[in-house]
Parts: sequence; C-alpha cells; structure tokens
Amino acid sequence: MAGLRAFAAAASLSMLFVLSPATAQTPPTESIQIGLSTDAISITAGFSGADLTIFGSLENPDPLIARQGRYDVVVVLEGPPRPVVVRRKDRVLGVWINLDSETFENVPVSYSVATTRPLQDIAEPAKYKQLSLGAQNLYLKPADETDSPATIQEFTAALRERKAATGLYSENVGGVQFLSQNLFRATVRLAPNVPVGTHKARAFLFKSGMFVKESSAQLEIRKSGFEQSVFRVAHDYSFLYGVFAVSLAMLTGWLGRIIFRKD
Amino acid sequence: MGIYLPIAEISVNVFVLLAMGAAVGFLSGMFGVGGGFLITPLLIFYNIPPAIAVATGANQVIASSFSGALSHFKRGTLDFKLGGVLLAGGIVGSTAGIYVFALLRRLGQLDLFISLLYVVLLGTVGGLMLVESLNALRASRSGAAPVLKKSGQHNWIHRLPFKMRFRASKLFVSVIPVLGLGAGIGFLSSIMGVGGGFIMVPALIYLLKVPTNVVIGTSLFQIIFTSAYTTLVHATTNQTVDVILAFLLMAGGVAGAQYGAKAGQRLRGEQLRALLAMLVLAVALRLAVDLFVTPPNLYSLSAAGLN
Repeated sequence: MAGLRAFAAAASLSMLFVLSPATAQTPPTESIQIGLSTDAISITAGFSGADLTIFGSLENPDPLIARQGRYDVVVVLEGPPRPVVVRRKDRVLGVWINLDSETFENVPVSYSVATTRPLQDIAEPAKYKQLSLGAQNLYLKPADETDSPATIQEFTAALRERKAATGLYSENVGGVQFLSQNLFRATVRLAPNVPVGTHKARAFLFKSGMFVKESSAQLEIRKSGFEQSVFRVAHDYSFLYGVFAVSLAMLTGWLGRIIFRKD
Repeated sequence: MGIYLPIAEISVNVFVLLAMGAAVGFLSGMFGVGGGFLITPLLIFYNIPPAIAVATGANQVIASSFSGALSHFKRGTLDFKLGGVLLAGGIVGSTAGIYVFALLRRLGQLDLFISLLYVVLLGTVGGLMLVESLNALRASRSGAAPVLKKSGQHNWIHRLPFKMRFRASKLFVSVIPVLGLGAGIGFLSSIMGVGGGFIMVPALIYLLKVPTNVVIGTSLFQIIFTSAYTTLVHATTNQTVDVILAFLLMAGGVAGAQYGAKAGQRLRGEQLRALLAMLVLAVALRLAVDLFVTPPNLYSLSAAGLN
C-alpha cells in the first residue's frame, strides 16, 4: 500500500576531533546537523501515509549535559506554504451557509513535528512563539490584519484544528531518539494526503530549555505513476484534455450501442 | 478493487462506480432521460467534491446522450434545425453558467448553490410528475378514456415575433422561446452537471408543442453538444473533469441503458412516470436533509486564489 519508495537516511556523521588544550578554555558551542539521503521522494497514487526517518547529529555536545539528558531536539517537516481560506458555516433560515471567512497567507500545507519530549517540557511557550515552532505556535498571517483579534484568533484556532483533524499537522512526541551522545533519529509522519512540492526539514536544538541552533534541509515530494500523468496533462494541456474527455465519451457511447444494442 | 482518481484525488471502489453507472444507465434507458441529475448527486453522496462531480457528470452525459441520439437519428426522429437553434442558446447559457460557477467557487458558496438548485428543480419536477402520473393512473383505473391534449391549441408563446419554420417538427414558432429554453438548459448543464433532458422534454412538449416522437431525439442531440461544450470549458477553466471517473460511469452507463430501454417497454407509461417521480423526489429529499442537518464541522478550509 504505502508507496513510499525512498527513505531519507543518515548522512552527515561528523567526526569529533580532539580539541587542543588551548581552545578548550572557551567551551565549544554546540550545533546540530541533519541529513537526508535523497533530496526527492516519489509517492504513488495509492499512498496511504508513511513515516519518514531523518538522521542527525549533535556537534560539540557537553558530555555532562548530554548525560543528564538536557539536550532536546525538535524536528519539523514543513510542507510548501499556500494561501488558505477558512470559512465558517452559520444557520440562515435553517440552512447551513458559509458566512464568515478569513484568509491566511503562506500557511504550510503540512506540518509534522517530532520531539524528544512533550514541547511544553522542553522550553517556555514564549520561546516557541518567537521561533514560530510547533503546530500550535506556528505564526499564521491573516491577509487582512484589520479584522478584530477575536475573529482572527477564532479562525486561526479553526485552521489548526482542521489541519490536525486531516492529519496534515501532526506531532510525534518521543519521535526523536538519541542513538548515542551525538547521533539522533527523528520519525515524522507523512499524511496520506501529503502535498507535493518542496518540503523543508528543520531541526532545532535546545539546551536546558534554551534554543541553541537550527539546521535545515530540503526535500522534494513528487507523485509518480499514471494518475499523476493524467493530473499533469489535465492542468498543463487542459484544452486537449477536454477534447479527449469529450471524444472518449462519444466513443464509449457509440461502442456501447454496438455491443449492448437491444433494439 | 480500489482506484485512485487523479483529479478528485481520492481512492474509490471501481465496482461501486461501475454499478452506479449501470444503475443510472438502466434507469435512464428505461425512462428516456440522460441520468445526469442522478449521477451528480450520487457522486456527491459518495464524497466526490461537488465541483468535480458536476464537471464529470457533464462528461458522462455525453456518452449516454450520444448513444441515444444515434438510435433516434437512424429512426429519423430528430429535428436538426430545432436542435441547432436550441444549441445556439445552450452555448450562451453554458458560458454564463461556467462564469457563475467559478464566481461561486471563489465565494465559497458553490456547494450550497448546487444543492439548492438540485433540491428546488428536482423537487418541482418530481412533484409535478408524481401528481400527473397518479392522476393518469387513477383515471385509467376508473376506466375513463384518457383526455387527449388538443393539438393546434396556441398559447402566448406562439404570439411572439421572429417566427421560424421547423419542418421535421411541423412547427412554426418564434425563435425567442427556443433560444431562451436552450440558454436555460445550458446554464443548468454547467452548474448542475446535468444534460437537462428532464426539463427540456416537458418544456418542448407542453410549451412549444413539439410532436412527442421527435422530442427525445432532438433533446438528446442538443444535450450532446451542450454537455460537450460544458465539459470542454470546465476542463480548461476549472480543471475539474476527471476522465477516469467519467469513463467508469460511462462504461457502466451505456451497458445499463440498453437493458433499461428493454425493461421500460414492459412497463406502462404512467407507472413508469410515477416511479421516476418518486426517485427524483427521493434524491431531492436526501439533498434537502443535508442542507438542514448541523454539519459535523462548521469550519472548512479551501485554497485561496482559486479562479
């Protein structure tokens, strides 16, 4: 079923070199690296969702902090940004009608998060807002900022809720595991309806609740197979596609008469 | 067996679609209607997005009406001239319909508008047909001879200017109502994904007094071209025609239609019309219920900047 053909796998295993005593006086700054074994993956039409594994490494970790487990990693796979309209139905004369709406600019189509621990245990909520990190903290820019804050808040919450309900925004607590002091593995979920396009994988390193570094990589998600070709033709050569659809219908009607004729 | 629909972007069961096509084809063969008014709501009930259900419904209608028109052409029960004038109006109506379709889609009111149109039209047509057929049934049961419509009776339509002669239909009538009727049907075709036969046939018979034997052939002839035009424009402006979906429905439909036509010959006219009326009303009722029931989700998302 799952048509995931490629696995993003380990890439950058940077070796730690022994530091000379002279530079050891100032503590080295930690940094984080993630690597994908491929920059593009293809999914087939019957794709029913899969887990994507991303490997990464911590550079220059403080062994003491690492042993105490005070390093935390948050990995995000963010889909391409698109404008989205959120509409709310209200009852008018008993009939449910779309009345109010709010447009948001550059909303990531998908947003999968994997973390070492629950987000609230890693850092202060204000930190996430500042970093625009996590499905609940992601900054969603309304197209019309003159709308009342209450309205914007209501529609922002509805947008997050709908995205989570369709599996496009997901959170995998414990999805990042340290395999050794330096090496970690992150498992993010790809929803069955994962959008095609350029996705961005980002890893955030936290040390004792403080944000340290970020690293990112790009991943192209493509659809392959016959259905995708049909989709592409329908969009790129829409007139010819229409002519084909009409001819196919006439041919089917004519053949059907010949084959099944009863008069 | 599942299949992924490239435009609708969902997985569906092949056999469900073939059966759906066959069932609607059977009914359309039996009652002499295109079946678009059944296919589109059925697709919507099957979770196909309404915009795609409408455009694909129009595509499917071509197959069944082409098949039907061929047999009428062979029998000579087709008025090309009348069909041509209807078609001219149809193109104008269809173009307007596509524009309204895109506008409603942008406003987020398309689904509601499609449902409302279906409820109102199917409810009216189904209700009128049921009353008429029940009266006919009651009359035939009491043994009274059915009242024949007086031919040659004229109404206000026949007093309009710009008259034109349609030889095959033995008709001398103003082109205004013919063009208007074509335009109305074209408009409905592009917004509802129907051929419009269920409105065209009674309108030709009762309003324009076209002889019954040429009505169905002429209506089918006009529907082929209006639906073809609608399909083309939907494909180019909205990219909502799903050929895979349409083909499965057609394949089932053309097979079902031929058997339906045979079965229809064994039933009496008024029984047939009463059955069709009840079917039409059931579809209208089902769509009406959805309008009033509280939806599970009040909020919906859609891509902004859709044409």
